[in-house]
Amino acid sequence: MLHIEKWKVIFIILFCVWGFAYASPNVMSESFLAKMPSWLPSKTVNLGLDLQGGSHILLEADIDFMINERLEAMQDTARTEMRKESIGYTNLSVKKDGISFKLRDVAKDKDAAYKIVRQLEEKAEVNFTDEGVVEVLLTEAGVNDISAKVLGQSIEIVRRRVDETGTKEPIIQRQGQKRIVVQLPGIDDPEGIKRIIGKTAKMSFHLVDSDITGKSVSLTSQLLPMREDKAQRINVKKRVIISGDMLVDAQATFQDGAPVVSFKFNAIGAKKFCDTTRDNVDKPFAIVLDNEVISAPVIRDAICGGSGIISGRFDVKEANDLALLLRAGALPAPLNVVEERTVGPTLGSDSVVASKNAAIISLILVFAFMIVSYKLLGVFASIALVINMVLIFALLSVLTATLTLPGIAGIILTIGMAVDANVLIYERIKEEIKSGKTMLAAIDSGYKMSLSSIIDANITTLIVALILFSFGTGPVKGFAVTMTIGVVTSVFSAIMLTRLFVVTYLRHKRPTHLSI
Amino acid sequence: MKSSSQKQDANFHIDFMKFHKLFLCLSGLMMITAIVLLFTKGLNMGIDFTGGMLLEIKMTAQQESTSLADTRIKLDTLSAGKPTIQEFGDGSIMIKIPGKEMNQAQQKSLSDEVKKLLGEGVEFRRVEYVGPQVGKELVIVGIKAFVYSLIGIMAYIWFRFEWQFGFTSVFSLAHDVCATILFMILTGFEFDLTSIAAVLLVAGYSINDTVVVFDRVRELLRKYRKMDLAELLNLSVNQTLSRTIKTSLTTVMALIALLIFGAEVIKSFTYIMLIGIFIGTYSSIFIAAPMLIYMNIKRE
Repeated sequence: MLHIEKWKVIFIILFCVWGFAYASPNVMSESFLAKMPSWLPSKTVNLGLDLQGGSHILLEADIDFMINERLEAMQDTARTEMRKESIGYTNLSVKKDGISFKLRDVAKDKDAAYKIVRQLEEKAEVNFTDEGVVEVLLTEAGVNDISAKVLGQSIEIVRRRVDETGTKEPIIQRQGQKRIVVQLPGIDDPEGIKRIIGKTAKMSFHLVDSDITGKSVSLTSQLLPMREDKAQRINVKKRVIISGDMLVDAQATFQDGAPVVSFKFNAIGAKKFCDTTRDNVDKPFAIVLDNEVISAPVIRDAICGGSGIISGRFDVKEANDLALLLRAGALPAPLNVVEERTVGPTLGSDSVVASKNAAIISLILVFAFMIVSYKLLGVFASIALVINMVLIFALLSVLTATLTLPGIAGIILTIGMAVDANVLIYERIKEEIKSGKTMLAAIDSGYKMSLSSIIDANITTLIVALILFSFGTGPVKGFAVTMTIGVVTSVFSAIMLTRLFVVTYLRHKRPTHLSI
Repeated sequence: MKSSSQKQDANFHIDFMKFHKLFLCLSGLMMITAIVLLFTKGLNMGIDFTGGMLLEIKMTAQQESTSLADTRIKLDTLSAGKPTIQEFGDGSIMIKIPGKEMNQAQQKSLSDEVKKLLGEGVEFRRVEYVGPQVGKELVIVGIKAFVYSLIGIMAYIWFRFEWQFGFTSVFSLAHDVCATILFMILTGFEFDLTSIAAVLLVAGYSINDTVVVFDRVRELLRKYRKMDLAELLNLSVNQTLSRTIKTSLTTVMALIALLIFGAEVIKSFTYIMLIGIFIGTYSSIFIAAPMLIYMNIKRE
């Protein structure tokens, strides 16, 4: 009647041993773990950013900006091509997700125009009306292509920038169509990192339109503000002489005691810079970063050494940032911070200590309660609860799940709720004894009759936990993980482990009476 | 079986069904109040949902000696708008500025400003910024998690019991959710993502309790085919009562340990759970079980 099959006993014991083995790295020091042979379990529970301190930053790429850039390029190509073919048109303009214009002579130019617009963009849809209005609209696939490309490049650049700052084990991932998650464990200066990762950092060298601080702005030049004094503006020629991607290295150094950024060109850049400076001696040129003029020195001599210096009244930090940004490359589109959650290292470690204490106190309270209520069976339940905790940590370690602060709350809650299954069984045993059954029969039917309640009750909790897992982010997800694992291990420890204890006890001691 | 032997089946002999009409009415009123207040007074939404910025700072001993009122006055001059300020016991305060889209420069200048107002020694323990767009998305995520959980639970109960039980348990779930929300409205606790997790757990705990009672009802329905339904429900509740109380007690013990010794950040989560345990226990006994009287349960 109170028989447990051999294979079940072996499974229970093996699972517990496995649990202890895989939970144990969590209480060992790192140096000890490093010395152990590699085949032994060495994974430990990952602490979430809220426990070890760090930053979670959600960035959103300005995809519209990129689409607009693409559309403007399409508009430019269309204009040049139609001029070449001498096609008459009016109202050429960029609109939402496309460009449009009107043909002056529909009958004559229709076919030629169609040929041109067809070649503008593969993933676009072309509409002609009878009145000669032509629309070229990016298809959804076309828009997705652009955003996928932008996001891919942005992630690469952000990764390079974060790596340059020396942050350990950053996580940089794509989320959805236009967002990037950046997780930086244990950093002290989240503001500094945010300053670096969001910047587009598009640098270019231009000649300055010599009409100086212009009133007249022509098609070929534009007014750009100076970095340190936004009110002062310089008329910069639109044509890019050298762009940031022609730089191969950049370092922050000092010149005459002031922080500057020194850089080297690649071969093409060096040649171009040499030619341009030779042809424009005594004229100013502008170094532009993200539509601001960093400096506009006058060219004294041809510069053909393939390297140069940017001096723009930086402080040390700014010079370092700029050098880093130039090394890592420019972002294709601006990235905006849409969500940030940063926890300082002291708050994190305070939380860990507080949670440990809370867990230990609640374990002690629950032990005391169970032993007072159920005596020996309460002792069994308490031992099972400890093993339950061990199993939770083993599973968390093996699954490399992240333990967050709400996750710890989940574990503590499990302490309280895990004994529920035991309570159900023990209360049932009490009832059965009262109704006149023998001790053995009561114990047997206690386990049998409460099984369906235990399963039902735990499955409903599991449903909530799984749904929280699929919807939750960060800390809430961590909570769902520990709840899910907690439910599974509690059921195991209540209906298998304590049962094994009880059966073993009954077999070996052969008591005639169970005080409960 | 004779009724004398039935009485011996339980440790308790409390007539829970006697005043069931009164309890059902009171709970109905409570639910209506909760819904009305939800739409009039509303919850104290955290920045997770409104968007905004939150700074938790710890001040040096010297700064701490200036009174909170002074700190408040200083912080009221923040250019981003008047913040809500909350003080924790250990010399740290939380500054909350809801519902503003800020670019990086503004976020940065805000923390600089706080430093300037309170002095350089402040330590930033926690910084959270949620953009308004993300806030809106999180509201939707929260509602979805909520609705799907309720549907999931209902479907499971439906699958395991007859529909009458499924309907009743969902009603008592709705009751628990309303009661928890009423508690949050009246106390002004902040409602954020973690609160949703807490409310859902309350729902999970409560259904747990209800299922245990229902399981017993089902068992007794098979055993005593002729017993009066109200009497049978009473017996089910009484028989499971000591389990209900003991499980509530162990859970409450764990939560109290968490409340007293646990981290500050999850205090509100713990409060909600704690109050939820009582609500859930109440509803399985006084709402879910008596409602079955009206549910026209099939008895062979």
